[in-house]
Amino acid sequence: MIRVRGLHKHYKVHERPPGLAAALRSVFRRRYKTIAAVDGIDFDIADGERVGFLGPNGAGKTTTLKVLAGLLHPTSGEVSVDGHEPRRRQDAFLKRIMLVLGQKQQLLWDLPPSETFELNRAVYDVPRVQYKETLDELTQLLQLGELVGKPTRTLSLGERMKCELAAALIHRPKVLFLDEPTIGLDVSMQATVRDFVARYNERSGATLILTSHNMDDVARLCPRVIVIDRGKLVYDGTLAELVTRIRPDKRVVLRFSRSVDAADLAALGKVVRHDAGESVLQVSKEAVNAVVSRALAHLPVSDLTVENPPLEEVMSELFARSQARRVAEAAS
Amino acid sequence: MSLRNTARAFPTLLRVGFAEAVAYRAEMLVWVLATTMPLVMLALWSTVARDAPVGRYGQPQFVAYFLSTFIVRQLTGSWAFWEMNQDVKSGALGMRLLRPVHPLLAYAAESLAAMPMRVVVSLPLAAVALGVIGAGGVTHDPVLWVLWAVSLAGAWLLTLFIGLAVGCAAFFFESSLKVMDLWLVFFFVFSGYLLPVEILPGGLRAVVDALPFRFQIGLPVELMTGALGRGEALGMLARQWAWVAVSLGSTALMWRRGLRRFEAYGG
Repeated sequence: MIRVRGLHKHYKVHERPPGLAAALRSVFRRRYKTIAAVDGIDFDIADGERVGFLGPNGAGKTTTLKVLAGLLHPTSGEVSVDGHEPRRRQDAFLKRIMLVLGQKQQLLWDLPPSETFELNRAVYDVPRVQYKETLDELTQLLQLGELVGKPTRTLSLGERMKCELAAALIHRPKVLFLDEPTIGLDVSMQATVRDFVARYNERSGATLILTSHNMDDVARLCPRVIVIDRGKLVYDGTLAELVTRIRPDKRVVLRFSRSVDAADLAALGKVVRHDAGESVLQVSKEAVNAVVSRALAHLPVSDLTVENPPLEEVMSELFARSQARRVAEAAS
Repeated sequence: MSLRNTARAFPTLLRVGFAEAVAYRAEMLVWVLATTMPLVMLALWSTVARDAPVGRYGQPQFVAYFLSTFIVRQLTGSWAFWEMNQDVKSGALGMRLLRPVHPLLAYAAESLAAMPMRVVVSLPLAAVALGVIGAGGVTHDPVLWVLWAVSLAGAWLLTLFIGLAVGCAAFFFESSLKVMDLWLVFFFVFSGYLLPVEILPGGLRAVVDALPFRFQIGLPVELMTGALGRGEALGMLARQWAWVAVSLGSTALMWRRGLRRFEAYGG
């Protein structure tokens, strides 16, 4: 379905030091530097897969998505999406894909979303019967109801995102690129969007590629993750394996029936958090059974759970290691 | 982005464009007021011509000329450059590029979609104009009316293509609006919008005749008011459509180069 080989995308950017003199100098003589936004990455994505593109800001995630969608031309390398070369933006390709950018919209601002839906029906040449079926399904799944008749400018951010998703799916794309789809949404709306996207993938078998800084999006939607840092691919595999590899330790969450001294916990493992009624311990995977037994035997435990470390911490650790490796390479 | 696909979607593009054009009633009123400059010029030049005509223009001729100018401006205006500048700067052009419809044709449809509103504004004024200046103020030659319709289409296309070419400047400059401001300075003076081209000094008029501005406003107005004979009108029309072809070519060239830059740097 998607094949990427040796993808490079370089930008030449104007560089200017601060200050008036530098501003004047830049009028006559400009200095440029080349930035490698994507620096030689390879991957394959199969039909119907759900893949998360992860990385810190400026890692090259959105650039990669835009190259896959045909909006940016690669500096070098091969890209194939559903048998098409995205940069050519042929009709047959455009009718098979959709890119949803959380911070940009395709809805017509002054008109109700229903007008954008109708416009997309016409431009994607969707037969009327199929259009009605799709719209009914989307209206039900996303609970659009009366939203489609209100001017877009009067909708809340969450309502707009639901309508954006509906507009993006009118032509039933087989490849869906989502760039930060839950950015700015409240917790309940984030969950609605995530559930909807997962259900769309299950029902339609569409391939889904998502970028997000929200680890709940990734955990819910992406069994596989591709991590990019400074334009380079630093991990490609399952989310579970990434967590095990980067942070093999476990979190033991203990809730107590009466308060417990922190010193009593330190003997069990590293205390990550200690409140009046709840404490979190970090312990190695091998020591979990022993720690749980000792806690139950010696402490007033009312509830106990064993969890993986939060994904945010896993990603921070991964990026920190990547950064340290770069510094070490630069020094040598 | 095939033309067939675009042609199929064109009626919906027009319908949605019309819905956008009438979305704001207050904005529509402001827009009508913003295009009343010919009526201001009418008052000004009528005062100038009170004692003696300017060239062949006495008060009745100025009234006929500027009422016609108002109508022609309504029917040939296009704000595509503004939309395009916004889209390039905000990156919204990317969303247009993802649709299987050529963005330039979509801009053309949006511009054309505003036309019914402009006709609604123009028709009452045309009726008033006819009442004020009398039937003698406009041409009685049916052939010239046919040529007028062709010149009107040419003027709209010329204005649209120039606007799109200037809009493409947004790919290269911080803001193409400044380029448009510069263009409008020449447009206002040399198109016949603020004064009939006929009353410009001889040398300057020769220069103006070689430029495209007059074909955006002046030619349809001159045909409407019967200022040109059939032969002269046909010659002017040929030159107008030559400019249409040149502006189309320039737009296509600017678009291709600009898009290459957009695809290299993104939006």
